[in-house]
Amino acid sequence: MENLIDIKGVRHSYRTASGPLPVLDGLELSVPEGGFVAVVGPSGCGKSTLTRLIAGLLIPDEGEVAVHGKRITAPRSNVGMAFQNPVLLEWRTILQNVLLPLEIVPTKLTRAQGEERARKLLALVGLEGFEGKRPSELSGGMKQRASLCRALIHSPEVLILDEPFGALDAFTREDLWQIMHRVKAEEPFTGVLITHDLRESIFLADQVVVLSGRPAKTQFVLDIPDTGLRTLEDLYMPQAAERLNILRHQIEVAQGRVAA
Amino acid sequence: MKARQVLVPFAAVVVFLVLWEALVWVMGWPNYKMASPSDLIPAYEKYWNLFLIMGWQTLWRTIVGLLLAVVFGIALGMVMGFSRTMRDALYPLLVGFNAVPKATVVPIVALMFVGWHDFNTVLIAFMISFFPIAVSVSIGLSTLEPEYRDILRSLGASQSMIFWKIALPKTLPEFFGALKVSVTLAFIGTNLMEIVSPHGRGLGALFDSGKTNSDYPLMFAVLIALAFLGIVLYYIVVALEKIFAGWADRTV
Repeated sequence: MENLIDIKGVRHSYRTASGPLPVLDGLELSVPEGGFVAVVGPSGCGKSTLTRLIAGLLIPDEGEVAVHGKRITAPRSNVGMAFQNPVLLEWRTILQNVLLPLEIVPTKLTRAQGEERARKLLALVGLEGFEGKRPSELSGGMKQRASLCRALIHSPEVLILDEPFGALDAFTREDLWQIMHRVKAEEPFTGVLITHDLRESIFLADQVVVLSGRPAKTQFVLDIPDTGLRTLEDLYMPQAAERLNILRHQIEVAQGRVAA
Repeated sequence: MKARQVLVPFAAVVVFLVLWEALVWVMGWPNYKMASPSDLIPAYEKYWNLFLIMGWQTLWRTIVGLLLAVVFGIALGMVMGFSRTMRDALYPLLVGFNAVPKATVVPIVALMFVGWHDFNTVLIAFMISFFPIAVSVSIGLSTLEPEYRDILRSLGASQSMIFWKIALPKTLPEFFGALKVSVTLAFIGTNLMEIVSPHGRGLGALFDSGKTNSDYPLMFAVLIALAFLGIVLYYIVVALEKIFAGWADRTV
């Protein structure tokens, strides 16, 4: 299968007062169409830099980031992003927030069709009836769900999730994991998920990529075979424990605490 | 709820006037030391047409000065908010400019533009009131969280789109906060010029003539008239804020 996202030999440094700070060095990542890759790694290893590269917000010093075989040189309108901070616009209603990307990207949808799609997405994540509310009237988990709808409204080729559930409590987070599965079934997307949560990575993704400590390179890749619908109970099965152990070990290697 | 919102401030004003009257009466102050509210009524009766004419002169010049301050303050705030270099370059100049007491600038401007009565008054109202607006807009723009920018940029939005869709609306609450300060400052500017410059226009000039004629109740009457105009203008700004930045109010 052809890869939708191909990242090859990427190196990148940030300029700081005390000279260049290398964050990525030898990053390799491929995501097939419809694939969902989770990226885990120690804090500050350059995971967020990776999302900015895929979105075209940042051009790497060296190496290549390609989507559909085409090298990315500038932001393109076919990505959707959601962050740990839901960054909803307070002066807009939830519905207007979700519609924001349609005001910017070229779209074939009319205003009414866009609104219908927004309502459908909001219903899909369980926010039916909240369309007219302001973001400040919603809980953290609900804001994050609205932010997810905004990232999907324009049917982006790539969905980039940068720790979107990181600030939520454990139960809300598990709720959102299940919602993510529902969304993926209804609105298939190709996704890259940055996370600190190993359980989250094996529950949501079909491939988990472990990055090394800074400067980050691809250290380890774990495939999670598709076994149909995943449930939270799966996370308490021996197979899940085995995967978590493997990943846990890789993270410790990345942190430099144990030898490979 | 509605009636309460009108009645409470109104009652507060009445209580204030009663306390004022009582204070003057109890202390037995003559009106050249402190006029009482009851002294003001004859002053308003005698000079009501002057109050209307001069009040209007003060009001329109303050508003024009304020509008100039808004336009210039927003433009300056944008320049400083979007460019670090410009911020570093302009801040010391701006702070220095603001630190100069405007009372010392008034005679200079009055001399510089002698005879241009309206212009020099508007100029002082403008000079005294643009600073808070420029600072608030520049801070609002420079503290915009990068994620907001990223969300729009990743969709291919241009800089001007980011400004109109996110930066500007997000800065509005700070802007209106500054505008409330600027309204009062602009009044101060207008009146300083009206009192100092000999063109005999505006409530400041009326105040000055009260002083030269030893008409103390008139002086107090001017103060109250100025307070009234200040309140009117302030609440106009509050109304605009409700319309354009009402979303930021979390108390409702």
